[in-house]
Amino acid sequence: MNLSEWLFGPFVEFGFMRQALLGCIALALSAAPVGVFLMLRRMSLMGDAMAHAILPGAAIGYLLFGLSLAAMTVGGIVAGLAVAIGSGLVARNTLIREDTSLAAFYLLSLALGVLIVSVRGNSVDLLHVLFGTVLALDAAALVLLWSITGVTLLTLFLIRRPLILECLDPGFLRQVSGLSPLAHYGFLALLVINLVAGFHALGTLMAVGIMVLPAASARFWVRGVGALLLTATGIALAAAVGGLLVSYHADWPTSPVIVLGLGGVYLLSMAFAPRGVLAQRRAGHSHLRA
Amino acid sequence: MPSRPDTPAITLRNLTLGYERHPAVHHLSLRIEPGSMVAVVGPNGAGKSTLIKALAGELAPLDGTLAGLAGQRIAWLPQHSGLDAGFPIDVRGMVAMGLWHRTGALGRFTAEHRRLCDEALAAVGLAGFETRGLDTLSGGQLQRARFARLILQDAPVVLLDEPFAAVDQRTTDELLTVLHRWQREGRTVVAVLHDLPQVRAHFPLTLLLAREPVAWGPTAEVLTAAHWERAQRLREPFDEQAGVCEASTPVGEPPHYPDHAHEPRHPHVHPHAHGHPHGHAHALAHAPEVRS
Repeated sequence: MNLSEWLFGPFVEFGFMRQALLGCIALALSAAPVGVFLMLRRMSLMGDAMAHAILPGAAIGYLLFGLSLAAMTVGGIVAGLAVAIGSGLVARNTLIREDTSLAAFYLLSLALGVLIVSVRGNSVDLLHVLFGTVLALDAAALVLLWSITGVTLLTLFLIRRPLILECLDPGFLRQVSGLSPLAHYGFLALLVINLVAGFHALGTLMAVGIMVLPAASARFWVRGVGALLLTATGIALAAAVGGLLVSYHADWPTSPVIVLGLGGVYLLSMAFAPRGVLAQRRAGHSHLRA
Repeated sequence: MPSRPDTPAITLRNLTLGYERHPAVHHLSLRIEPGSMVAVVGPNGAGKSTLIKALAGELAPLDGTLAGLAGQRIAWLPQHSGLDAGFPIDVRGMVAMGLWHRTGALGRFTAEHRRLCDEALAAVGLAGFETRGLDTLSGGQLQRARFARLILQDAPVVLLDEPFAAVDQRTTDELLTVLHRWQREGRTVVAVLHDLPQVRAHFPLTLLLAREPVAWGPTAEVLTAAHWERAQRLREPFDEQAGVCEASTPVGEPPHYPDHAHEPRHPHVHPHAHGHPHGHAHALAHAPEVRS
């Protein structure tokens, strides 16, 4: 088997692989930029918390309507937004800070989700939710994924300045503009819809990986928000497509392969990138004149 | 910028500010004419930052009123900023956020805007730092960058909370020149300061605050040894057993003092440290006109 056959064969031969490819590209284009802002807001762990918060909504949707894309999507978005808005209101209006407030809400939500799934569901369905079904994306799911990508990129473009300033100096943003709540809740809403998109393809547990790991890797390569966004998206695209191919040829489950690939990129970046550990160490032996 | 005859005076009437019902600024009444340059001085815990926060609209009064600021753009330099100094942005990008009133969330960032940013950076002595990462700045340089952003805000009212902390002498002198230029342009400048010789030399008006207003007016009349001694009697901790304050000082009455002020907690600290010659007559010697 030659290289081009290895790279293109599966997509030429199988419709489900073309569907999976389109899904992975949509996810990478959308989740990676969201992940960069998660990192800049120091909320990388919050993505994980949010992913858990979505669970009861998806579970309720599943219980009421079966394995329906629409029901699980709407349920997940509603649950995620409820947690985002609830924790945001508490964090912005009481003495509880954002991390604690979110932890409280997502734990409530997660407990509810686990209760619902264990009382009413069965474990095979649960595996779908936890690990995704990237090789079984149908046309409806693809429309959903690409719509979410479009909404995400457009929204990020429109709120880029308040969002950057909300990360850089939130007090100053409140001083010069009333857009601070828009930046905060708008971004949380993007986070929620991207996690919902991610859990269709990669599963709730892995969806966060394609947000956080490309952003963290990019930080070792470039400086500046624009460069971070481009680099993270590139890494996410490469890992998603590469992971899809490896999982096909090796007959391994797709989402862990993609996330492990991203993890490998992260470790290599940390070691060898221009702003990584080894480069820092080399630079340590000499310095400039002025 | 032309002076602003239509700008209203800032008027505080019997203003009480505080936290959890304990007053941090108690029964303060004063009127700041537009184009004034006012220093706010006093011991730690005197309520200086609280007053600035209230002027900036960040803190609602417990009692009394604050008029003349509604609808005005206010540039405010807080003492403690939530600025994330590790954020991956260059100095020009951070300072450019001061142009928000011109660019908004979506407006284009033009060559003219870029020139304004570089001028503001030059004015605070940060020329050559335009493309440096924010994370490479020292504490004093970061404060100067915040000041450059404040310059770009181009606001009719400027509130400064210890703006020169961590800034070296040469830069402080340059920034004071900026303050004087603002005053000539008709802007109102209110600054919390600790350096009394600096206040005497540059600020025509001073408010001496010790939770209660101790003195307010021309700097030379405010910064007297007697006033300073009274300010030092401030009892810093809140009295947890304090009852409800019934006093409601009518406008214009001289400041009064709390009953518990007869227990001085602090030894008397002479205000003229720094080897400054004692004497008050020279205070306004090289300062501009008190009122315009």
